[in-house]
Amino acid sequence: MAFLSILHRDRTIAGPGFNRWLVPPAALCIHLCIGQAYAFSVFNLPMTKLIGIGRSVPTDWKLTDLGWIFTLGIFFLGVSAAILGRWVEEGGPRRAMFTAALCFGGGFLVSAAGVYAHNIWVIYFGYGVIGGFGLGLGYISPVSTLIKWFPDRPGMATGLAIMGFGGGALIASPLSVWLMARFSTPVHVGVAETFICLGVIYLCFMLVGAAIVRIPPPGWRPAGWTAPTTPQKLVTTADVYVYQALKTPQFWLLWWVLCLNVTAGIGVIGQASAMSQEMFPGKVTAIAAAGFVGLMSLFNMAGRFLWASSSDLMGRKNTYFCFFIIGTALYAAVPATGASGSVALFVLCFLVIISMYGGGFATIPAYLKDMFGTRYVGAIHGWLITAWSAAGVFGPVLVNYIRQYEIDHGVPKAQAYNLTMYIMAALLVAGFFCNLCIKPVHKRHHLGQVGSGAVPAVSN
Amino acid sequence: MANQEPHRTGLIQLLLAWGFVGIPLLWGVLQTLRNALKLFQ
Repeated sequence: MAFLSILHRDRTIAGPGFNRWLVPPAALCIHLCIGQAYAFSVFNLPMTKLIGIGRSVPTDWKLTDLGWIFTLGIFFLGVSAAILGRWVEEGGPRRAMFTAALCFGGGFLVSAAGVYAHNIWVIYFGYGVIGGFGLGLGYISPVSTLIKWFPDRPGMATGLAIMGFGGGALIASPLSVWLMARFSTPVHVGVAETFICLGVIYLCFMLVGAAIVRIPPPGWRPAGWTAPTTPQKLVTTADVYVYQALKTPQFWLLWWVLCLNVTAGIGVIGQASAMSQEMFPGKVTAIAAAGFVGLMSLFNMAGRFLWASSSDLMGRKNTYFCFFIIGTALYAAVPATGASGSVALFVLCFLVIISMYGGGFATIPAYLKDMFGTRYVGAIHGWLITAWSAAGVFGPVLVNYIRQYEIDHGVPKAQAYNLTMYIMAALLVAGFFCNLCIKPVHKRHHLGQVGSGAVPAVSN
Repeated sequence: MANQEPHRTGLIQLLLAWGFVGIPLLWGVLQTLRNALKLFQ
């Protein structure tokens, strides 16, 4: 298996003269592919008509069955990022990216077999479990590499990669629709063929990323850059071992910071189309609502890069303070925009909110690096991703159930989201206080300190 | 080790890598913008 030796960490150390600006495209190769997960819903309706073709028949799958595919994918994203984070960190980015490519591309191919056989369990296993592992490994694999290449701008670097995750859906959605149109006939829905095409395309694209990626040699630093000599209160120069980090209050405060920020955003992402139409009946059509959703995707993606980059100047803690203060004010203002009938103000509020939702994802790796150092930041980030999985449950449940509760109690549809907006604002206030409580990690947790736990040898 | 971040990796290699990811992303952004414009129609 000599071929596999090219995946070895030692084989990925950059030689002299390697340009670090080649690493962000390598990361984007991965994140632009796995970001497809956000666009999986484009398959939902066609997959309810695989047997009935033009319409659903009783033997066709229901939307509720299909909803589990995405849920499983996101669940296994969190699981794999948490449990394989250390494996990713110690084996290097190329091995992780290669494995992610096999899992994510392979997940599509297995799912295609599930569509041919019309067996939903095969798709749950293919996209949900195998693909979910690809999502998790791919999500965390480039993060610590980028932070090591860009110690002068870690926020911008991770923001670039995680922006790709937001951008992946923008590519996958029209591409999937186009492929399905190409493969569909009057007697056949072209979902399986589309899955095969996507699986092969994503496999190749991700393998290019794995081939390009390099890690910096030990002691490398950017030309002309020296580490700040004046100690910064919330930026450590020490490292904390991954399982030691889990024992610190800072990790769990950051977990809640991410969870609360994501909960507030994720709930409205899924309901944006319906919410805009119900809050402005007659003013916002279904087509306009689709445009609103598209605009939100763009702001989600742009916010990842812009907020994370600005955190290099403002500091991570201040950036999250911005999210929580501005977010609270905007969520509290949304019911007023509905009452005043101002669609423009409503749209503006949500575009800023969604940019901060994306910004929260993209800024957290740099925040972790500031608190726990660079050595295990990828593995620690993997554990923190479980906050996303939790938010994926809390957010939609809050929005959907509270709306239904309000409607059941006679509240007009146009006002059914008001209580949810105030609850979202309250969640962000809680996030503000979690962020406020974050202090530097005590040096007893640092690697090499007595009582900091076992210091593992890096197994290359 | 002091950094030597010179220019052995050619500009073409850099352009190819960024083009490889930038072109699909730009296509996706343009498609989304086209849909988003419907909000203002």
